Amino acid sequence: MKQDIDLKAIYVPSEDVVAREIEGELIIVPIVAGIGDGLDDLLTLNETGKAIWDQLIQKKQLSEIIELLKKQFKSAAEKIEQDVYGFVKELLKRGILKMQSPRS
Amino acid sequence: MKGIRSPFVIRKTRQQHPLWRKRQPLLSQLDIELTERCNNNCIHCCINLPAANRSTRIRELDTTQWESILRQAADLGALTVRFTGGEPLLRKDFPDLYIIARKLGLKVLLFTNARLIDAKLAHLFIRIPPLERIEVTVFGLTRKSYETVTKVHGSFLEFQKGVRLLEENRIPFIIKGVYLPANADEVNQIEAWAAALPWMEHPPDFSLLMELRGRRDSPAKNRSLLKLRSSPETAVTFMRRHEKKNMPGMASFCERFVGIKGDILFSCGAGTGGCVDAYGRWQPCLSLRHPDLTYDLLKGSLEDALTRHFPTLKGMKAQNPDFLQRCARCFLRGLCEQCPAWSWSEHGNLDTPVEYLCQIAHAWAHHLGILAAGEKSWEIQDASQRIISWAKNRSSIQGNREGKSPGKK
Repeated sequence: MKQDIDLKAIYVPSEDVVAREIEGELIIVPIVAGIGDGLDDLLTLNETGKAIWDQLIQKKQLSEIIELLKKQFKSAAEKIEQDVYGFVKELLKRGILKMQSPRS
Repeated sequence: MKGIRSPFVIRKTRQQHPLWRKRQPLLSQLDIELTERCNNNCIHCCINLPAANRSTRIRELDTTQWESILRQAADLGALTVRFTGGEPLLRKDFPDLYIIARKLGLKVLLFTNARLIDAKLAHLFIRIPPLERIEVTVFGLTRKSYETVTKVHGSFLEFQKGVRLLEENRIPFIIKGVYLPANADEVNQIEAWAAALPWMEHPPDFSLLMELRGRRDSPAKNRSLLKLRSSPETAVTFMRRHEKKNMPGMASFCERFVGIKGDILFSCGAGTGGCVDAYGRWQPCLSLRHPDLTYDLLKGSLEDALTRHFPTLKGMKAQNPDFLQRCARCFLRGLCEQCPAWSWSEHGNLDTPVEYLCQIAHAWAHHLGILAAGEKSWEIQDASQRIISWAKNRSSIQGNREGKSPGKK
């Protein structure tokens, strides 16, 4: 799972979606075709997803985000890493995130 | 997004899940009447002005002004904007406004007659989907019936072309109709067409009450509209055409929505959304244009309209003695369209009962067996008991039809 994700990279929301925070709920609205084709459907994130997203939009490196989340949550370090990798991979696949730039 | 299996991304259907865990945003949907002009000249229309009407066109808000209103709507939490008219596609800047709305994260619900849908627009809807089904009004299925309603030569061919573009490009749309003498024989065909469309979830809605002009600007047009109205009995017969299918739900509907509402004027959902007319005036709904109830967004803001201006409407009470004698004591208000907007367009005030609506509600209640012939709902002393007994009776009839008995699962 980890092989496609670059720890030194910065991942940001794609221009093909608009993320809107409304009354504490993060709503992801697809702009272009192919991201969310369910007509009346809206995409939201669960709490873990939201915590990772909040860090991603601050344009931090993935490794930095993992370290921050390890300090913030009591879960096992390995579980946090898995969640971040899983989340980024999932959202990349759906076109919701894109890699902005790998940092050297 | 069908088949999401992600632990992180949750697919929420508005109808299935509560979208908001804490509280609703101030605004959930905004209706925008981009223009009152239309390329049709429909005999039944309560809004349309000629497409080329220059004085109307120059009064309409420009792209920048609409952008500001769309941005305010998004900031207040709106998820959907409905573009309607007139014919909204008459606006040359429609594609720009559409893209602005979508890029603000708004879903777009478009009401159109489809005549101006061309390949370029279809391509835009493919590339940037509206995320809501486009709603196309069908005035007839033959050139004769269609153009008898629209009074525009060539309009049927353009409508067909527009709809074909939507169908060929698999752009989700639904259809709705208007029940008029010119197309009365085509209702079954329209419904058959609708049933074949993959995006239709239920049979198409048909307008049949013929609302008068909300601008109160044309007594001549109002006289024509009145002539087009079906009798209350015909209206009920038309509404009954899916009775077998709809009747099981009718008993629970009546239990929930039929009841005495007293002298409150706005017992509708007005206040959770609103409408902006083509010139930037906020209205409680698409039909209610009473000048005292509208708000000039060019001098204020949507937030101000919703937080300061609108709540005062919610507390408004009827004064009209006829309303207090009848509507305030009537338990059929769930079956009746009576509302301030109808009173405004018919009588120029907010609380004069609209006789036609009263007649339809009574005819409907009589047909359902809620009222006996000649009974007036406001004269019934035991209204709640009447509804409860009626609903129980309906459920028992339905249960017997389905072979159920009270102890049988």
